[in-house]
Amino acid sequence: MNLKDISTSVPRKDHKGKVSGQLPYISDVKVENMVYGVLFRSPIAYGKIKSIQLPDLPEGYEAVGAEHIPGPNYVKIIKEDQPIFANEWVNYIGEPILMLVGENLDVLYRLLDEVKIEFEEHQAIYTLEEAIKQKSAPGVNMANYEFGESLDTITSIELKAHQIIEEEYDTGYQEHVYLEPQGMLAIYKEDEIVVQGSMQCLYYIKNALVNALDCGDDDVRVVQSPTGGGFGGKEEFPSMMACHVAVAAKAVKKSVMLVFDRSEDMVVTTKRHPAKLKYRTAIDREGNILSMCIEIFLDGGANVGLSSVVLQRALLNSAGVYKIPHFHAKGYVLKTNTVPNGAFRGFGAPQSFAGIESHIGHLSKLANNDPLEYKRKYLVKQGDPTITKGNFRDPILMEDMIEVLLKSSNYKKKKQKYHQLNQQNQRYKKGIGTSLFLHGCGFTGSGERDHIKAKVKLAKSKDDQVSLKISNSDMGQGILTTLSKIVAKELDLPLENVLYPYPDTKEVPDSGPTVASRTTMIVGKLLERAAKKLKAQWQTGVEQEVTEDYVHREMIPWNEKTFTGDAYPAYSWGVNIVEVEVDTLTGNIKLEKVFANYEVGKVIDDRVMKGQIDGGLAQGLAYGYLEKMTSKEGKIQQKSITDYGPPTSLDVVSIQSKVFDNPYADGPYGAKGAGELTLIGGAPAVQAAIEDALQIPFQQIPITPEVIIESLYVREGEQG
Amino acid sequence: MIKFTLNGKTIETDAPATVRLLDFIREEQLLIGTKEGCGEGECGACSVFVNNLLQNSCLIPIGSIEGADVVTIEGIMESEQFKNLDESYSHAGGVQCGYCIPGMVMASAALLSQNPHPSEAEIREGISGNLCRCTGYNMIVDAINLAAKKGDGLWQKK
Repeated sequence: MNLKDISTSVPRKDHKGKVSGQLPYISDVKVENMVYGVLFRSPIAYGKIKSIQLPDLPEGYEAVGAEHIPGPNYVKIIKEDQPIFANEWVNYIGEPILMLVGENLDVLYRLLDEVKIEFEEHQAIYTLEEAIKQKSAPGVNMANYEFGESLDTITSIELKAHQIIEEEYDTGYQEHVYLEPQGMLAIYKEDEIVVQGSMQCLYYIKNALVNALDCGDDDVRVVQSPTGGGFGGKEEFPSMMACHVAVAAKAVKKSVMLVFDRSEDMVVTTKRHPAKLKYRTAIDREGNILSMCIEIFLDGGANVGLSSVVLQRALLNSAGVYKIPHFHAKGYVLKTNTVPNGAFRGFGAPQSFAGIESHIGHLSKLANNDPLEYKRKYLVKQGDPTITKGNFRDPILMEDMIEVLLKSSNYKKKKQKYHQLNQQNQRYKKGIGTSLFLHGCGFTGSGERDHIKAKVKLAKSKDDQVSLKISNSDMGQGILTTLSKIVAKELDLPLENVLYPYPDTKEVPDSGPTVASRTTMIVGKLLERAAKKLKAQWQTGVEQEVTEDYVHREMIPWNEKTFTGDAYPAYSWGVNIVEVEVDTLTGNIKLEKVFANYEVGKVIDDRVMKGQIDGGLAQGLAYGYLEKMTSKEGKIQQKSITDYGPPTSLDVVSIQSKVFDNPYADGPYGAKGAGELTLIGGAPAVQAAIEDALQIPFQQIPITPEVIIESLYVREGEQG
Repeated sequence: MIKFTLNGKTIETDAPATVRLLDFIREEQLLIGTKEGCGEGECGACSVFVNNLLQNSCLIPIGSIEGADVVTIEGIMESEQFKNLDESYSHAGGVQCGYCIPGMVMASAALLSQNPHPSEAEIREGISGNLCRCTGYNMIVDAINLAAKKGDGLWQKK
């Protein structure tokens, strides 16, 4: 492949199969001797199972539960707190207790209605507010971290300060709404269980299966099916489904398929953590920041899952892109008896950026400064320390990116114009807002070196085709194309001679999960190196294999206990400007214009990058004003897509975006992560635009029409 | 007995009248291009043509389509119009995870058949019943716009 510039777009490898619908997703697959599974789920939020009474099961129908699990009864993620089938305590509404399997789904659902379980109900914790009140009670605090300057230092600064500003900020659930609901199939063979389905992390699943089945490495095999969207929702959740179908397949000696319908998927799968963020900032007479203390509370739901790692990222991003003179932060993941929360594109960062951008915006008012100008005063620069005593060692292009965006959006003129317009127009108010943000690429700290230890393999066939042997999933983000392209360019092969079959753990080494904006940067770099190696020893017409292992870039070592050191090897950056029109009669918000500049090192494919920008922004913007999910007494209230409200084509507008080059030495062709970054700036920019339109500060997202009407009503009251 | 045509083929079935057209297409006819995203008529992944009108096949009991002409993505796959959309979606980058795409292509074809030169607003309106979570829609809007431009004549109203 002879591209002058790696960024030049090429056709997607999976285009044909997808556009015609003939590429089989897991729900399109049928195998011999296949039965379906349906799960009986806890109807109560917290309690003890006293007795289980099954209906008479017709021939060919069986029940599978905890007693069928060969290994320990937990889904191996980080902690051992998530049962595969709950058999003593249930901790949330929807927790799986047992599975019925059989040929006909209608029969299975009928039988499910006849299962009778007696519970001894206990007092549940339903909300984050309640959990915060009870945070010292046993079992409520699932993880916590604290770092920064000593509180003594902060207190002495606060004592001399002109004013202490305290704010509390709340963020809600966000649901992934991948278009393909979760699905998993265990294919039963005498000497092997093959688990196939929609997933991001093959080896997470494999490790969970080896644990649950108490079996050898060769007894289970995990194969990714084409995956209809992930966004983090298929990061850790599929491990539980894989355990369900594999345990069932072993028990009934048949292949077992488990596919959720949309309402089941919306109610029981992981979501973005609702959060409460508390800010306490000391300012001087001119409104300059002297010190800042932040407290973050995440609603973990009933199991810790990946929540401790999500909290780490939330904390690491708690100061945003700013250099705060004296900074202290602490955070908690608290247990509630609600559906467990988990990975979602951004992984704790979207909550933190929404909060800090809101807070800094409000501080700018006190300093009588334009929010963007105020933010720029505190913007980190190359060589500055991070809040964890790490270092921003690579060039930072944010000032250029801001300047260019100010010009292309005509920010200053528009801001003035809208303020004049709003004086004249009583009903419709226009506003313009900005957000500045970054995303740390790859795993936090030394995760890549100590836990993941990624390995990649390239296998060349006699006919000189080269196959990528890696465990990473294309879930729509396009790595079948982009990673193949890196190898094709390095080896100077036509793209069609580079193959990337859907990964199968029997064939591929563990190159790590498809998460954390790590795939292009970390796995892509390993592939680039492997391709160079293969090129050096290339023999036409001969089978050859090369492998490469992760090499850690030495920085300031990360210490999880003290929360110090370089948290990430590299950062990607972004600036968004958003314009809205608010209807003060209905509270409706109309998105009018969106401008976005990013820096991701080097783009591997322009078209794929634009797809990440537009798609990520649509999710991020909607997180700020459109998508609302709530839980009442432990029950998720939105069971359908319409109840929840993700954007349609009518909610989104054309996005003017530009990506800046700033090659990073340890990424392939200089590339860093891009997938999560694009979501992060959406919500804070929308909030800033709404605040600009209404001249009302908000302390929460999503800012729905109800929130707007209420705030207008309150202001009217205040003005008498 | 219910009788209708599916992709030009006559179907006669004893299946209960309440069976969803979506299930009949997928389970009985083993045509996998029509996807199920919600089962409630909200996402459009199961879009098919019934008597040339775009419909969510998850909401249609087969008892209600006696004598109708049903076309799925498989029924248009060989057409010039599909080729036009296929190329335009590829060029504009309209495909990511792909799960919504067959339905989106059906919606695109329905729109262009009615309105060969739609404005951006008309395109957004035309696909507003089809959800996509990956693309933020803009590259799909571009794809349809491109199909309209390149497919001049192909989409003329008959």
